[in-house]
Amino acid sequence: MSIAVKNIEKSFGSFRALDNVSLEFPTGKLVALLGPSGCGKTTLLRIIAGLEFADGGQVMLDGENASDRNVRERQVGFVFQHYALFRHMTVFENVAFGLRVRKRRDRRPEADIRKRVNELLELVQLAWLRDHVPAQLSGGQRQRIALARALAVDPRVLLLDEPFGALDAKVRKELRRWLRKLHEDLHISSIFVTHDQEEAMEVADEIVVMNQGRVEQIGKPADVYDRPATPFVYGFLGAANVFEGQVEGSDLRVGEDLLPLGGKEAPDGATFKAFSRPHEIEIEPDSRDSLGVKARINRILNVGGMARVELSGTQGRNGSTATHLYEVELPREQLGTMSLEEGQIVRLHAPRLALFPSAPPGTVQ
Amino acid sequence: MAGALSSLAFGSVGGSAFERRAATRDPAWVKWLILGLSLSFFAIFILLPLIAVFVEALRKGWGTYITALSEPDALAAVRLTLIAAAIAVPLNLIFGVSAAWAIAKYQFRGKNALTTLIDLPFSVSPVVAGLVFVLVFGAQGWFGSWLGDHNIRIIFAVPGIVLATIFVTFPFVARELIPLMESQGREEEEAAIVLGASGLQTFWRVTLPNIKWGLLYGVILCNARAMGEFGAVSVVSGHIRGQTNTLPLHVEIVYNEYNFAAAFAVASLLALLALFTLILKTIIEVRAASQVAKA
Repeated sequence: MSIAVKNIEKSFGSFRALDNVSLEFPTGKLVALLGPSGCGKTTLLRIIAGLEFADGGQVMLDGENASDRNVRERQVGFVFQHYALFRHMTVFENVAFGLRVRKRRDRRPEADIRKRVNELLELVQLAWLRDHVPAQLSGGQRQRIALARALAVDPRVLLLDEPFGALDAKVRKELRRWLRKLHEDLHISSIFVTHDQEEAMEVADEIVVMNQGRVEQIGKPADVYDRPATPFVYGFLGAANVFEGQVEGSDLRVGEDLLPLGGKEAPDGATFKAFSRPHEIEIEPDSRDSLGVKARINRILNVGGMARVELSGTQGRNGSTATHLYEVELPREQLGTMSLEEGQIVRLHAPRLALFPSAPPGTVQ
Repeated sequence: MAGALSSLAFGSVGGSAFERRAATRDPAWVKWLILGLSLSFFAIFILLPLIAVFVEALRKGWGTYITALSEPDALAAVRLTLIAAAIAVPLNLIFGVSAAWAIAKYQFRGKNALTTLIDLPFSVSPVVAGLVFVLVFGAQGWFGSWLGDHNIRIIFAVPGIVLATIFVTFPFVARELIPLMESQGREEEEAAIVLGASGLQTFWRVTLPNIKWGLLYGVILCNARAMGEFGAVSVVSGHIRGQTNTLPLHVEIVYNEYNFAAAFAVASLLALLALFTLILKTIIEVRAASQVAKA
């Protein structure tokens, strides 16, 4: 089913949770609503489900305005962060609930219900837990049962609110692979909310990045990661090093230093924020070099596949300097050949920079 | 009482790990002092009166005991007490569930005021509660002349007793349910609605099973108080023998007539009710705890 929202507005008191949000969700795709806590993503999901009502705007289900349609009639499946399983019912009865509460004329015979529930329990691979109560299950098992329960009513759309948020890291990883596979088998239009960019990248067909009640960017995971539309998206999708300064020819003047823009065209004198990921930064051990941003090595973490170097430097001029922290990732072999030491002053180069215009230093943003 | 008993049990079993270790153990005299204090309080203020009730009730033998309980006035008092409880408890059950539901599951203006006001019957003296009803419904009260014209008697009649009982037992169910429902949140109900359940189905299949132990507990306490209430009922009753006397009022009247054996015989009924309530309450607690442990 196609889902769209148009000009959705929602405030809680003086707090604007959603500010004129319009989105279209493609049919049969798994879409992630990604953003920091408080960005409005859960509110948007609850509005689509009908558990919350918007102050303005419309929810369109299959091209029909469903804003006033009751939750019961929207035929959505909803999966809650804390599972919300019925604690006094067995796993079997939890999954059967949606089938049992139907009006008598729509209700299927008991044998059909049992068959359907057993199918769903097989689908989530937990048939052996059918007579347990939720409290006897692990978090991951509970969430799978919650998903089976949501699927029992043949929802036209599946909404998942931070479905793995309450689980530990290992289970989370397993479950999101499992969810991805399940989606490939079922192809129900699905929207899931998460604040974990890695999760969104791994599971979703498409990502909607939200911040402060607004949509920042929409796109395929790789597009959003490689071509962030705003500084917020850049910073939210992964670790970022930020250099702020004015363009001087083919360089960016950062404090006392010059950072080459690596061939990027930018108008002379304009103020930019330049972003670079930790693995995109190169370290020049010789600080006497004339180009590159000066920084001091605070710490070298030589663990895992990649070594991490933490540095600090100063940016800004004319008294308004501020300490900036940088993070650089490089292969361990490369680190071995460079003989870096903690306390050493080096220069940083960033061949791949993402430039965003910013207000010149000294003005109020 | 429960505290005293559990410390007794601790003493006999040999104490917790905390108590066995020399580093964390209190000196023996402290332990025995505290234990002695609580046990003697328990004995003097709870056990002794309880025993006294039954000893006095049976002092003149079973024959007198039975007679005291089967005389018409005593039977009328039992009947009235049961009627008052039978009306007050279901009404407070309905009120308690809806108030707890409103407070725990909805946001609305005046929520805090409502939460506080529910406790009013606990904080106000029962005599005041009774007087309020006299002032409103009595012959000289606000509606007194209207009620008189229509030949409706509330004060010094059964309706007044029922009203006073409802008032004093008002908070029990709600007080029991509010924290329970607040801790359970709204998610299970939301899940039920998304799955297509109607409001009534959600209540019967999801909400009620989740609160049943707390509800039962509240109802039992409510019932105990409804049958045992003295102050408020005394003010509105008028003490008409055989007509407007509940059990506690009957005890007082008989006692004031120096008929001690009969007074204690009736009092023993109330004491038995109290013991029965405690036993029921304990059973419910154990059942609820085992269900939570299982769940």
